This record gives sequence, structure tokens and C-alpha cells, in this order.
Amino acid sequence: MSKELIHLNNISKSFDGQMVLDELDLTIHENEFVTLLGPSGCGKTTTLRILGGFTTPDTGKVIFDGRDITNVPPNKRPLNTVFQKYALFTHMTIAENIAFGLKIKKKSKQYINDKIHYALKLVNLDGYENRMPDSLSGGQQQRIAIARAIVNEPRLLLLDEPLGALDLKLRQEMQYELIRMKNELGITFVYVTHDQEEALTMSDTIVVMNQGYIQQIGSPESIYNEPENAFVADFIGDSNIIPAIMIEDKLVSILGTRFACVDTGFGHNKPVDVVIRPEDVELVAPLDGILQGVVTHLIFKGVHYEMEVMAGGFEWLVHSTALHPVGQEVGIKVDPFNIQIMNKPESEDEEAVSIDI
Amino acid sequence: MKIAAKKIYIALIVLFLYAPIGTLMVLSFNASKTRAKWGGFTFKWYIDLFHNEEILGALLNTLLIAFLSALAATVIGTIASIAMNGMKRRTKSVMMGITNIPMLNAEIVTGISLMLLYISLGLKFGIGTILLSHITFNIPYVILSVMPRMKQLNPSTYEAALDLGASHVTAFYKVVLPDLLPGILSGFLMAFTMSLDDFIITHFTKGVGVDTLSTKIYTEVKKGIKPEMYALSTLIFVTVLILLVLVNRSPEKRTRKYES
Amino acid sequence: MTSKSKWLSAPYALWSVIFIIIPLGMILYYGLTDKTGAFTLDNIIAITTAGHAKALRLSVLLSLVSTLICFLLAYPLAMILANTKTNKHHFIILIFILPMWMNFLLRTLAWQTLLEKNGVINSVLTFLNLPNLKIINTPAAIVLGMVYNFLPFMILPLYNALAKIDKNVINAAHDLGAGSVYTFIRIILPLSVPGIISGITMVFVPALTTFVISALLGGSKLLLIGDVIEQEFTRTSNWHLGSGLSIVLMIFIVINMIASAIFDKDGEGSML
Repeated sequence: MSKELIHLNNISKSFDGQMVLDELDLTIHENEFVTLLGPSGCGKTTTLRILGGFTTPDTGKVIFDGRDITNVPPNKRPLNTVFQKYALFTHMTIAENIAFGLKIKKKSKQYINDKIHYALKLVNLDGYENRMPDSLSGGQQQRIAIARAIVNEPRLLLLDEPLGALDLKLRQEMQYELIRMKNELGITFVYVTHDQEEALTMSDTIVVMNQGYIQQIGSPESIYNEPENAFVADFIGDSNIIPAIMIEDKLVSILGTRFACVDTGFGHNKPVDVVIRPEDVELVAPLDGILQGVVTHLIFKGVHYEMEVMAGGFEWLVHSTALHPVGQEVGIKVDPFNIQIMNKPESEDEEAVSIDI
Repeated sequence: MKIAAKKIYIALIVLFLYAPIGTLMVLSFNASKTRAKWGGFTFKWYIDLFHNEEILGALLNTLLIAFLSALAATVIGTIASIAMNGMKRRTKSVMMGITNIPMLNAEIVTGISLMLLYISLGLKFGIGTILLSHITFNIPYVILSVMPRMKQLNPSTYEAALDLGASHVTAFYKVVLPDLLPGILSGFLMAFTMSLDDFIITHFTKGVGVDTLSTKIYTEVKKGIKPEMYALSTLIFVTVLILLVLVNRSPEKRTRKYES
Repeated sequence: MTSKSKWLSAPYALWSVIFIIIPLGMILYYGLTDKTGAFTLDNIIAITTAGHAKALRLSVLLSLVSTLICFLLAYPLAMILANTKTNKHHFIILIFILPMWMNFLLRTLAWQTLLEKNGVINSVLTFLNLPNLKIINTPAAIVLGMVYNFLPFMILPLYNALAKIDKNVINAAHDLGAGSVYTFIRIILPLSVPGIISGITMVFVPALTTFVISALLGGSKLLLIGDVIEQEFTRTSNWHLGSGLSIVLMIFIVINMIASAIFDKDGEGSML
């Protein structure tokens, strides 16, 4: 990993007595694309606002490149923000918007003009200098907001659900655009979203948050394939989360039937939760399966069929390219590598804390 | 420290706006007949008020004019808003421009212009002419409160009602009107308030012997205001205050309960 | 809907023609004719006679001063209010409309009681060992009456304009390196222009044309242009002269209307 750029040290924040962030610790490295992902109210936006300087934490420190910037006001921080709903200055032209930060830094006219030109080219809006923000579409306004931030050459760019107001097609296009821009600029991105697909597509690192706690930090692959708890498993993609008993290392009893797995160290006869992704459930002939069941629902989803199979008293969600009609008896098989074992949370609070192992 | 300074600033402005009102309330309990001296506490003026037929007559005129003019303005203004919403941009902006004239024009000019109109039409000056004038300056307040609601209106709901078998009239009453109602209501209240508080336009369009509270007070200024007038104003103000507190309390409580 | 809107708009269109357009036409007619009905500019030129010109000058001066004071008092207040929580919106508007339910003449008259030689304010000042105010029956008292009566009309449009500014726009300015003064001058002030224009109009026009406030607080010696016009109509009954002077007033008002139309196209600065 490259050099450490930001360290959030033990940050807590509450509003009106309600804890929004609880002793949050997070390190962000240079050149990383980090996504804060979680449902609304999980504390992701507050975290971003603390980074931007718009909110002061109750306790804890924000360290930027070794310097404590906790009490540095937003206008003195070496980072820039792309706001939700763009927050463009509607009374200024596009060029004036982009030049805003540079004029404050008293850059030369030539420099500013070059920068405007360069930034508009980067966001594919060449020639829009003299337009007013209101005459642009949502996607174009979003690009201007990005251009306005990056001309200041921040070392860190904060993005607060920047694609939230766009429609699906445009959102997907902008995701690739953002990745391209990040590679071209070589700066660190911290991105806030509640859209798991967006997070999986763009990030180097995903930070899954819930109720003010970090649930899991990891690459998109590890978050998807090895969720550390039921919340993460449930929030990222579809999954079957089934209560089970860990009989011994590498053997788990799911719905009374023994399945081989690869996890160790959970102890003997310990209640656990298992996560199995719907695409990892294999449907075979009844007798070839470990568990037998009946298909109860079937929907065609384009790439695959989505089925529900009643087996062992549990409704299994299954994605498969092979069709099994409703009413058909099937066998269920799961590759040991695809069974993810999780400790059962003892209380809701622990569900949150137990991850920082 | 900064927050305290802000609060003090707000308090000073509110004090500035309400100090005369407080003064009038105090005067309504002043046993001395002159404003200048405090002669002890009394309820006398409140009792006298109900025997003062001149004041009660002016009060009745004022309330009648305010209610009728607000009502008429609300009907005309609401229909006009609906009509204007369906208009082409150009026609609409001309209409809105005309609507703005009574609001932006000086009251004295509006007053004398209406006076000249009534004279040339040979109308008899009295309640009727006051009423016509008040309706005229009240309509813009209704239009300006209903128009924003009109813009927010989703045309699909009206069409959905038609689609579900409602007639145009039913669709309007059941679907469009309820959506406009808050705007209509606040337009009515605004118009009522403006009419109640008007002096200048009434001054020019009233007839001899017909008085509203405002014109009655104006003629009394030279001779000295009767303390009953303070009592009446205090009663009106306190009544409105209580009504507003009641109206504003209940929905707030409801939403708070809902949130928690 | 368009065909229907034609007859729906008929009542109001008719009403505005009879009660708005024609009356204004009558002022023009009376102002530009003499008693025999012949065309003349005398009634308008009459504004240059010493007494009338003095009244107009005083009106313009006092209304400009009042408008400025209203603006300076209201802007910080509107900024503070705009930053409070949004669910108090209605309550805030109410506080400033509520005084209207106490009769406007009585409210203004109450300032006499407050300002008098032995009035409430001077008693407080004496108690604090401060010099007494002697402003009753002076231009200062008229300005005070104007500021008092029209301040809400400055506060409400400013508040509405400022409350509309997205907090993130201000955050964005800070984020891009702007300090609070720079943000105020480059972002907040320009974005509140519709409210400023609307507020200025709502204060300047009634202040310029008032005859009541001067009558109540200015004593009998200080005449504003509104007083002159009022007397022409109610005492001297010279409608031609009164209308002519009104036309002069309307020139100021029209300039004001044009300015507000230019700066506030969408009616964003409206009071409601």
C-alpha cells in the first residue's frame, strides 16, 4: 500500500444527543478510491463533512499527511468537495464557477484560463465557458461541479453522492468517467454512496458503515465474497443468510444437514450464521444434492433465472442460467469455498462492534 | 458569545416592533384619560366600549368589509389563478404585471384613482365603494398565494380523476381544489388582514358618515383618541394572537409525535 | 384548457380593466388637463413651485434614509433567521405580520407616547443617566415611523431570498477557499438580489408617498408630497393639481417597478 494520507482517529459525533459516529477509526492512503457505503443515517455523510471541515467532531482527530487539521476551517484545507446536487453558483457563468477557487488563490489570468480550458476538456464539456449553470442538464452540472473542484489541484477529492440525482444510464456512464478522471489526475477520492453497485464498480476500498460504526473495510471482492457479518452480507447484493451450527472445523450443519466448508476456529457446536450467494447455490437432480427441495417461484432476469427453492424449511434464493420450472423437485449443492461462516451477534450493539477484529 | 449576540439582536428588533403594541395595551388599562399620564389601573374602558355605538358601528363596518372583500377577492383571485395557469406565457405575464400594479403602486395613488373613478361613474360613496376598493387591492394577495400552489399542482391527478370516471366539475372539486386549499386559505387570511389594516384607500373612497375603525381613529387623532379604542384594539390583537397560537400549536405537535 | 381559461379569466380581466387600468387613466386625464378640460402640463410643472419641490425633496430624502435603515437593520436579521431550522418558517413570518393586527394608525400614534418629552423612552434614558431624545415632530420621528411601519416588508423578502440559498452553495464557496467576507460578497449578496430589490420597492414606495406618518409624528409643519396631494383632494378639491402631482410620484414608482421586473424575473423575492 502507498503512503498514508488521511487518518481519522477515534472520531465521535452526536447531534441532539443522538450518536452519529462512535469512535470511528479510518485510514485512507494516497491515490486510493475509497467509498463510504451504507444506508441513510449510517454516518457516512457526517464522516465526509468532518473531512471537509463542515462539521467538527465531538472527540477525535483528523490527521492529514501527518498534520492535525481537526480545527482547520474548510477554506484552509488542501482538499475539495463535490456536493450532492452540485451546489453550483447559479449567478455565475461556468467559467466563473470554475475560476472561483483559483481567483481566491490569486492565480494569473493566463493560468486560470488554461485551467478552465483543461478542466472542461477533462469533463468533456469543451466550449461551455460562457453558459449559465441553469441551462445545463443534471449530468453536465455534475461535471462542472467536478471541474470546479479539481482545478484547485486538491490532494483529496470528496464526493457526496454525486450521481444520486442522475438517471440510471447516465449514472453508469459517469461511473466510468470518474474512474478515468481519477486515473488521469492521480489524486485520492473519498466517495459517499448508498448504492452498492456504484461502490463495487468504482472503489479500490469499500468502507461499509451502519449506525455510526464501520462494519467492514476491504476490497470490493472481499466485501462481496467474505462479508464479515449479516449486515454486510445483506446490504451487498442478494444472499441467503441462514442460521446454522458449526459442528467442528470445516463442517457446518445447515438446516439439520451437514455441509463441508473451509472455515476453522469457530469452536465446537457453536451457533453461527452462514452466507451463501444465490449464484453459488447449485441445483442438481434430487439425489445428487445434499438437501432436497421444491422450486416455488421462477422469474426470468435476462442474464439468469431467479428461483426460490423451499428446502429444509428455508426459502433459498437461487440464481442460475438453467431453468427449473415451479413444482420441480431439485437437489441443492454448495461448494465448500462458497459457504461463508459468520459469528452470530449476541446483541444489536455487538453486531456493530464485533467486526474490528 | 456569537449566538448570544444574535439572540439579543433578534430580541431588539422584536421589541422595536412590539413596543407600541405593548404601549397601547397598557393605555387600555389607564384610568387617566390622557395618554401622557398613568392614572391607575382600570377596566372602565372595556366596559364603556360595549356602550359606545360609534365605535361598535365602525368595528362592524370594518369586519363586514374585511370579510366580504376577502371572500370576493378569494373567489375572483382563485378563478383567475386557475385561468392564468392555462394561459400562454405572454398573456400570463401581462396579467401578472397588471396584478402587481395595486401591490407596487402607492396606496395614495390607488386611493385617489378609485375615487376619481367612482365620482365619474356617479357612484354613491359608502360601504359599497369601500368594498369595491378593498376587493381590488385584495385580489393580488390571493393570486400571489394561490399561483405557487397552482404551479406545484400535478396535472396528472386531474387527468387521473377524469380517467377514473369523474366529470370535470367533480374532478376539480375532489382533486384540484383540495390541493389548492392551503394557498386559497392563506390568500383569504392575507386579504382579510390587509383589508382590516387599511386606512389610506378607505380614506379616499369612503362616504361622509361611514367609518371603519381606521378612519374613525384618524378623525379622532386631533381631538384625542378615546381610550375605548385602545381597549378594542387590545381585544382584537389578543383574540388574533390566541387564535394563531392555537392554529400553529396543534399541527406542530402532531408532526412531532409523528417523527418520534 | 386554453379555451376554457379564456372565459375563466374574464371576470378578473374585466375587474382589472375597470378598477386598475381605467382609474389610472383617469389620473392621467385629470393630471394633463385643466378645469375646462383643455390639455396642459401646468399640473405637472407645478411640482417645481417652492412648496411642492420642498415637499418632494423631503419625501425623497426621508424615504431613502428609511429604506437604507430598514435594509441595514433587516439584512443581518434575515441572515440570522435564514440560518435557523426550517420548520420554523411559518412562525418567523407570523412574528412580523402579527403587528398588522393592531391598527396601523394606533401603532404609529403609540410612538408619540413612547417619544414624548416625558415619554417612556426618555424616562428610561433619564434613569440610565443618558441625554434625552427630542425627536417628536422632527424629520427623525417621521423616519422612525417609516422604519417602524415598513421594516417587516424589508425583512420578509430578504428572509425568503436568503432561506432559499442552498447551504451547500455556501459550503462550496468555503470549500474552494473563500473566507466568510468573500463568500458574503461574491455568493450570498448576489444570490439575495431579488429579495433586496423587492424589499427596497416595498419600503421605498409607501415611504415616499405616505401622508399618515408625517401627519401623526411630524407635527403640522413638515409636509411630505403625500400630504400635499391628500390636501389637494380632500380640502382644496383641486383634482387636476392633485392628479398632476400624482403623475410625478408615479414616475418614481414606475422606475421602481421596472427595476424590480429586471432583477426579479421569477418573482423569487416575493413576500409570501
